[in-house]
This record gives sequence, structure tokens and C-alpha cells, in this order.
Amino acid sequence: MTKAVGPGQLLILIPAFNEEGAIGGVVRELRQAVPGVPLVVVDDCSADGTVNLARQAGARVLALPHHLGLGGCVQAGYKLAFELGYEYVIRVDGDGQHDPRDVPRIFEVLRNSGCEMVIGSRFVDGSHPHTSFARSLGTRFFRAILRPILGRAVHDPTSGFVGVNRAALEVFSRSFPLEYPEIEALVVLQRRAFRFEEVPCRMRPRTAGRSSITALKSLYYIIHVLLGVFVNVLKYEGRRRRLLRRRTEPAKAQPWTVC
Amino acid sequence: MDRLLNLSTILGGALLLLVLVSVRRAHIRVEYSVSWLTAAVVLLLLSRSHGLLEWLAAWMGVTYPPLALLMVVSSVFLMVFFRFSVIISQLKDANIALAQRVAILEFHLRSLHEEAAQQET
Repeated sequence: MTKAVGPGQLLILIPAFNEEGAIGGVVRELRQAVPGVPLVVVDDCSADGTVNLARQAGARVLALPHHLGLGGCVQAGYKLAFELGYEYVIRVDGDGQHDPRDVPRIFEVLRNSGCEMVIGSRFVDGSHPHTSFARSLGTRFFRAILRPILGRAVHDPTSGFVGVNRAALEVFSRSFPLEYPEIEALVVLQRRAFRFEEVPCRMRPRTAGRSSITALKSLYYIIHVLLGVFVNVLKYEGRRRRLLRRRTEPAKAQPWTVC
Repeated sequence: MDRLLNLSTILGGALLLLVLVSVRRAHIRVEYSVSWLTAAVVLLLLSRSHGLLEWLAAWMGVTYPPLALLMVVSSVFLMVFFRFSVIISQLKDANIALAQRVAILEFHLRSLHEEAAQQET
């Protein structure tokens, strides 16, 4: 695993934090669904047996020395994958909500479409899986916000079931939103004129543990993500303007230039 | 007004002393003490110099000089807090990058150990 791998290679990243109830099953299911594909569990300094159970199930573990949050945890995995030379990375959550049987479909689209990112979406085929009212409202809200920014509809902007190719991996290994990364990551990619595709996927209830999302956290999430999106839009607009200025300035600064 | 200014002097002096003692005991690094020392000196200067405070109040269009003192000191402290927010953000970024690097190096090290063990067997 320390040696660089060849082109076309896929790595599966499983970010996990205190997922001892689910991680073993997730790794075993993935090994059945995509045999031979290397699996790396990125452990965000769990206090339970996540690391040992992941290793016992047959995954390699990238163990963070302290808790970084989801974004920092996923980015550590992206950095490792980029350094090792992987061409494609698919992220599967460690809580068992993503169905490993959907991984081959995401990989196929990722490999054949030329898109930099493929999102496993709960809603792309028009289905309405059972989600709470607040969550459904939040998803609709962010769809509406993102549509004008991305220039196209995104059905499931909060999905963590995501595949990226090496171009996106390079960007994310350098710069990745640290908290609630999914929506901001879409904006980061769009600003670099990268493309994304959505693939219908099944979402299952958590197999263990409890979601940490509360009403107050949801509100914080909305404010945080909105601010992150806004900052990213401003950042890249500013960069674009600076580039344009740089391109036009030399002509002004050199009056002797003959066209 | 005098009592308020005396209180400001005591606060400014206490802050100055606290920062100097903290720097001496290496509880604060010198570069991070400069903002606090500046805030303490501004507080002391304005609370002890009536002429300066009255001139400042007139310049700001405030009829009650201690209000000018309050505004200036609040502004200085806000700037100090902002500066520390910037520093904390930089430290957090550095800390995250470092933690990720440590994890990746440990991952490589473990892989090498495992490969060596496999070769031995």
C-alpha cells in the first residue's frame, strides 16, 4: 500500500468516527461488493473499537491523532490517495447508510463519463426516500441556493456517497472544506469548471449508533454552509478578476508593444 | 467622571502588569503580548491624560469624554480579538495539516513494517 499504484486504480475511503457498531459490517459488505479494491478506513480518533474492528474486517486504517471533523478526516484520505497515485476514490460513510452494491455503478460512471465527481443521489430518479421534514426542507433549500451557482440542478447536494477522479483529488488534497464539506465541495469544483454527475443510489437507515444532528446543529449547519458557499463564490470570483487583470495589465504597462 | 477614569487606570495598570508577568513566566509569547500591551498602554494614557481625552472627545463629537475612552478602548480590544481570531485560524489550519501528515506517515510506517514482516516469514 505504500508503493505508488498504476493508472485506473480505485480506492475506497471510509471516514468513521465512533462507528464500532457498523464499521465491521460496512467493510465486509464492501469487500463482497467490490472484491480486490483496497479499502482505507479514515478514523477520526474514535474513542471506541472502530480501528480494531475495521482492521479485523480487512481494511487498512488511516488513524488521525486527534479529532478533525468530517472535512479534515476525508481530506486526510484524499491526501493519502493522491500521494499513492490512485486515479479514482469513492467515499462511503462508515455508518452503513450507503449501500456498497451501488459502488460499482458510481465507479463505472466516474470512469466512463469523464466527470470529475459522481454523486450517489437519493433523489435523482425522482424517488422520495423517507427523511425527516427538517432534513427534506434543508435539502430543498440548498438545491434552490445551488442551482444558480452551479448553473444546473443538483438533486442531493448533501450526499456523502461521492466518487472523484484524480483531477478533483488533486484539488481536494490541497483545499477541502473542513466542516460539512459536501455542498462547499460542489462549489469549489464548479468554480474550477469541473463537472459532476448524479447516480441514483439507495440509502439505508443507520445500522448502529445515533445521528448527532439536532435542531440547533441543523441551524448552525445551514448558516455555516451558506457562509462557506458565499466565501467560495467570492474567493473564486476575486481570483478570476485578478487573473483577468493580470492578463490585461501588461498590454497597458507596455506602450511599446506592437500588435 | 474622575472615579471612572481612576477605575480605568487601575484596569489598565492591572492588564499591563498581568501581561508583563505572563510574558516573564512564558505563559504568553512576546509576539502575542504586543497587542495586549498596546491596549493596556492606550487605556492608561487616555485615563490619565485629561487633555488628550477631552481633545479626542471633541474630535469625535462626543460631549462626555469617558464615552470617548470607552469607544477607543472597545475598538482596540475588538482589533486585538480579531487579530487573535486570525492567529487561531492559522494555527488550526497548521494543526490539521500536521495531524493529517502524522497519520499518513504512520500509515506508511505500518505498511512498511507489515511488508517487512511478510518478507521475513
